[in-house]
Amino acid sequence: MARLEPANVEIAHEIISRYPRPKSALIPLLHLAQEQDGWVSDEAMVHIAELVGCTPAEVIGTCSFYEMFKREPVGRYLVNVCTNIACQLLGAEDLLHHAERTLGVRAGTTTPDGLFTVEDVECIAACTEAPCLTVNYRYFYKVGPSDFDAIIADLRAGRRPTRCAAEPGEDGEIPAHGTLHRVRQSIPGDRRAGNADPDTAGEPAWLGAGGAS
Amino acid sequence: MTEETVVAAGPPPIVRIVTQRFDHPDSHTLDRYVATGGYEALRKALAGSPGAVVDEVKSSNLLGRGGAGFPAGTKWGFTPPGVWPRYLVVNGDESEPGTYKDRQLMERDPHQLIEGCLLACYAAGLSQCFLYVRGEMALAQERVAKALNEAYAAGFVGRNILGSSFSVDIVLHWGAGAYIVGEETALIESLEGNRGMPRLKPPFFPAAIGLYGKPTIVNNVETLSNLPWIVANGADAYKQYGSETSPGTRMFALSGHVKRPGVYEVQHGVTTFRDLLYSPQFCGGIRDDNRLKMFIPGGGSAPWFFEEQLDLPLEARPVGAAGSMLGSGAIVVMDHTTDAVKACLRVVRFYARESCGKCTPCREGTNWLETILQRIVDGHGRPSDLDKLLDIGDNISPGPYPAASWTDGGLDAVPFPPRQTTICPLGPSSVAPVVSALRRFRPEFEAKITKRSVNIPLHVEREGTRV
Ligand SMILES: Cc1cc2nc3c(=O)[nH]c(=O)nc-3n(C[C@H](O)[C@H](O)[C@H](O)COP(=O)(O)O)c2cc1C
Ligand code: SF4
Repeated sequence: MARLEPANVEIAHEIISRYPRPKSALIPLLHLAQEQDGWVSDEAMVHIAELVGCTPAEVIGTCSFYEMFKREPVGRYLVNVCTNIACQLLGAEDLLHHAERTLGVRAGTTTPDGLFTVEDVECIAACTEAPCLTVNYRYFYKVGPSDFDAIIADLRAGRRPTRCAAEPGEDGEIPAHGTLHRVRQSIPGDRRAGNADPDTAGEPAWLGAGGAS
Repeated sequence: MTEETVVAAGPPPIVRIVTQRFDHPDSHTLDRYVATGGYEALRKALAGSPGAVVDEVKSSNLLGRGGAGFPAGTKWGFTPPGVWPRYLVVNGDESEPGTYKDRQLMERDPHQLIEGCLLACYAAGLSQCFLYVRGEMALAQERVAKALNEAYAAGFVGRNILGSSFSVDIVLHWGAGAYIVGEETALIESLEGNRGMPRLKPPFFPAAIGLYGKPTIVNNVETLSNLPWIVANGADAYKQYGSETSPGTRMFALSGHVKRPGVYEVQHGVTTFRDLLYSPQFCGGIRDDNRLKMFIPGGGSAPWFFEEQLDLPLEARPVGAAGSMLGSGAIVVMDHTTDAVKACLRVVRFYARESCGKCTPCREGTNWLETILQRIVDGHGRPSDLDKLLDIGDNISPGPYPAASWTDGGLDAVPFPPRQTTICPLGPSSVAPVVSALRRFRPEFEAKITKRSVNIPLHVEREGTRV
């Protein structure tokens, strides 16, 4: 596992260019590394440190704070079962136990075939649809044990799971772990307002025109 | 606000402002947004002065929807004059237990949020905007990215917006999983590429010293999503709805043991908890017509409410006087089959897991609260444990608790807003469920300590079957 590939370095430079200070791009770049490899390797962190101009220790310091960053390989599908209060009230503990039993792993670990990692997670903002889970951060609502089995069977067979899928209007694709949003922001050069440099930027032009403070 | 008027009249009519487009399957597209009046508020604002927008928002008395309920217009006024640049940081980190509204607003109407950001930047002279979306919300990030790309191409965002001198970039930023990053100073730290640990405040609030040490306005997604409507229709129209001190509408997520859980936009300040829980237009009552045991009125950090608070209006002041808060608009309902000790443990465990570890009372205290509650639930509780829980709570959020309003049960309400020995309010939030549960359901705790029982999942337990 490795440093960022040339195509990703290009994306990295574009992301960095949107911030007045390069270090602000750290979290997006760690996501980029995770998108490339499925997890965040030491080599990638050293590379990111070079790209944003800080020390590798600072990168690891940030990386280790956030639970979405995995510093060792995880399954192709990260199954996050919410067990926070709203879900717990409607059977989340059972759902988690069911997931652990059917996949034969404890929360926090990965199946031997490298397909599934199960996690017991905190509130994922779908409280009215309890009990719920996400697979690689795609939502599934009101999931019972048999629904869970159907979702897993679909994923094993390489199909797009539809049962309990939250957004029927979306294409239902579940990319491999690491790929978060599949649409990137891109700002056309001629439309760009430019960064507000904290050291040099002055009063915005429109205030002078409009006369407010 | 008297009980009679509300009960007699039923819930006030439903008004939809921020969720007005939710019924359209393509509500997230630029075409739908523009076809339903989108970006008209921006045109209107650009035709007038920035000061006019500030005045409109101040006069609307729009309250922040992120948790603290601070008036948005007033906050904008706190930036020190003559210090540039100023930034806008949008708080889309929604992670408070029970809270589910910002994700909907970002997924279903991202242009409304973008227009809100533009209005705030124009009005308060904010030179760059960072829209921080919670890391786990992949679809929200996609929808916001798509919407931003569309809006840039159409000339609504970026350089010389709609041909004017107003230029601002909106940058999509995304997190990586940490509840504490929702706290505004931690959000700024995170946006600077650091570990998401809160900064000490006071003396300096982000409006004075924020991102890169410059004046920064942090506003919640729902707060900003209200701006296009307010600017388009005027503060007076906004104030027709809701109450005088809490005008407009507000989104509430109702979850747990109700017949129809859901996210409902209702008139702020005049609708009551009872309306939301029992009215057929909303939740339609407790599941299986069970008895209500307790409810969390404003997200995991809020002290619990019970039957006797049902008729309170959804308004900050009376809810605060009764010892809790509306917080993030998250109501979690629990019926009489709920095990209060386990519910308490579950909420406390959240804070123990999410403590950032910067200050000792929170880092150590939340873990001790969890450990002790877990051993009580597991049937290994000790007689001294209940006092120990309160003592630990006292170290995080010092008492003796002066009752906000209730003094029965031998234990006073958790002071609200809480006093704290910690840097941020996360620590004290862990004390709220402990004190709420202990003062009301102490016998349940005692029974678990004296009568050892088996730990079985919360929802399976039914009254009468407890061992
Ligand atoms: C521990 C903690 C977590 C918070 N989480 C959030 C959050 O997820 N979203 C949010 O908008 N505000 C959150 N807040 C409140 C923010 O600090 C801030 O007050 C808010 O974003 C301001 O926006 P508003 O004035 O528009 O409400 C949190 C506060 C604390 C103390
Ligand atoms: S109270 Fe808790 S979360 Fe807040 S700064 Fe202290 S340790 Fe961190």
